[in-house]
Amino acid sequence: MWDYSEKVKEHFFNPRNAGALDSPNGVGDVGSIKCGDALRLMLKVDPESETILDASFQTFGCGSAIASSSALTEIIKGKTLDEALKVSNQDIADWLDGLPPEKMHCSVMGREALQAAIANYRGEEWKDDHEEGALICKCFAIDAVLIEDVVRANDLTSVEQVANYTKAGGGCASCHEGIEEILAKVAKEHCTAPTAATRATPAAVPAAAAAAPRLTSFQRMRKIEETIEAIRPMLQRDHGDIEIVEIDGKNIYVNLKGACVGCMMEAATLNGVQTKLVEALGEFVRLLPASQMAKA
Amino acid sequence: MAPIYLDNNATTACDPAVVAAMLPFFTEQFGNPSSMHSFGNKVGFAIKEARAKVQALLGAEHDSEIIFTSCGTESDSTAILSALKAQPERNQIITTAVEHPAVLTLCDYLEKEGYVVTRLGVDKRGRLDMDEYRAALGPRTAIVSAMWANNESGTIFPVEAMAEMAHAAGAQFHTDAVQAVGKLPIDLKKTKIDLLSLSGHKLHAPKGVGVLYLRRGARFRPLLRGGHQERGRRAGTENAASIVGLGVAAEQAMTHMAFENTEVKRLRDRLEAGILAQVPRAFPTGDVTNRLPNTSNIAFEFVEGEAILLLLNKAGIAASSGSACTSGSLEPSHVMRAMGIPYTAAHGTTRFSLSRYNTEAEMNRVIAAVPPVIAQLRKISPYWGDKGPAENPEADFAPQYA
Repeated sequence: MWDYSEKVKEHFFNPRNAGALDSPNGVGDVGSIKCGDALRLMLKVDPESETILDASFQTFGCGSAIASSSALTEIIKGKTLDEALKVSNQDIADWLDGLPPEKMHCSVMGREALQAAIANYRGEEWKDDHEEGALICKCFAIDAVLIEDVVRANDLTSVEQVANYTKAGGGCASCHEGIEEILAKVAKEHCTAPTAATRATPAAVPAAAAAAPRLTSFQRMRKIEETIEAIRPMLQRDHGDIEIVEIDGKNIYVNLKGACVGCMMEAATLNGVQTKLVEALGEFVRLLPASQMAKA
Repeated sequence: MAPIYLDNNATTACDPAVVAAMLPFFTEQFGNPSSMHSFGNKVGFAIKEARAKVQALLGAEHDSEIIFTSCGTESDSTAILSALKAQPERNQIITTAVEHPAVLTLCDYLEKEGYVVTRLGVDKRGRLDMDEYRAALGPRTAIVSAMWANNESGTIFPVEAMAEMAHAAGAQFHTDAVQAVGKLPIDLKKTKIDLLSLSGHKLHAPKGVGVLYLRRGARFRPLLRGGHQERGRRAGTENAASIVGLGVAAEQAMTHMAFENTEVKRLRDRLEAGILAQVPRAFPTGDVTNRLPNTSNIAFEFVEGEAILLLLNKAGIAASSGSACTSGSLEPSHVMRAMGIPYTAAHGTTRFSLSRYNTEAEMNRVIAAVPPVIAQLRKISPYWGDKGPAENPEADFAPQYA
């Protein structure tokens, strides 16, 4: 059950100004049945004073969508169009004594319907410029699209930075996994290093190894070095680098350097390089960070 | 007037006999069943008895095939992760698009980890295509996980036949049966099902206890390692009181199985027919000829589910909806979308799920209460005029579910 305020409940159970308005001169339609939220706002505007004489709504949606619609009509009645345009979605939410973070979009829909209805009255075209993603941070009601845009625009690489720029993740911290996923997704887009998205198919490697000719230790070492050298320019392009520290049988230890250190894609990079090495050598090898040498 | 509870697929009331049986285990019977002394010993015997009752309800061949867990989700996770760990040479999971999040969210996560996940689709009545399933099975299939009955629509999957097919491909078969256990007769020893999840609170036992059935001989790797409880397959001190409660609930479920499939079914049918006779543009979802006896999921076109629930709640009726209207995820239930229910109807799906405690008088009250609720919301819906849909919002929309 949502934690709705008494005022939200009151406006849901007894919505004000619900139903079609007789000959409105400004109509705003927003939302769609596909999204589960749709609102038609109808206005009767006095052409002389541009005052909203009457307002009504028809809403398809949840409890808070209906309550927000009802609140909106009550707020704007008697206001001039310019005054009405100053009403923000937060004003609608505040008027209702608050909305749960998951439901703030209901107030946004109200604000958009108002803009659309006024544009319709003035004979202008109104465009929905607002794209909404899945809700990530419930403490501050920040969605995935906003976080992704900010991460991309500012080259953010850590959860802490995201919290500083958007507030997302700055509260209870339970959304950090979701924020890290967005960071990894964006990092992957402009990371040119080889990465392995899927687990290597288990049986494929031994089969290839059986077919490959045996290399001498020296040839094998050279092969590993050549393979890594070929990959280095790709990492250097992203201000990163890689160096071989030790080759111990099946285990090859490396250091990631520069921008690769602490990058969200570190594990994927190691995986990708490992795949290249397995292909080049025709045998299964493990690529490990040098920090694991002591443990082995 | 007393409120009417029609949300038994979400959770059920504890049977009074269950509560009575549990109470001593909070007071004088507090011992740890692993202890040598008599305090522990008695509790150990009580758990043994409960295990036998669950074994009987499931028709399991051995009582050691019953592993007590904390919930259905734990059982699901244990089953799927075990199959992957125990068979490293196999990396594919086959499941269905309409599973509970306990399975689907885990599969999404495992997919990111590199496993191959195949999600079988369903037709407009929620039925699987057995040819698609057969084609998906292969030498790399580690486990098939398909629910016995769907929590939203009640549609029953042919899990026994699916288990045979999985075995033929050398894969393990798991079924999330939390909705089916206690409502459908189950006899596991006659099937090829390797793993089955059940949840206590869906059959009048308390929350916080579940079972994983594990066929003897099926390869297994525990999720929780530690003490020797549950023969080392699920470490952690037993939730003795709840396990005892689940035992009684299992026994009660056996006793009421016939009632569930005659009387509860009759009330469900009466409720559904009563609502559909009065509300235009509404239809039942799922496979109505092959579903749980207690479940009716009705799609009301051009209204939104949460609004329906709030008004029903005000009228003293508790039901549930597949619609989850939250920011950015305004998608209706994944089950309704998988069945291809049009958006105009999917947002207004409402589930009524009965139990053996519901009465004829309650059904009459609900039949009377629902039509004005729908009418009230349609009146303020922009998609509804005086006589019906204002215009055809989805031109290609022609419901064929009647």
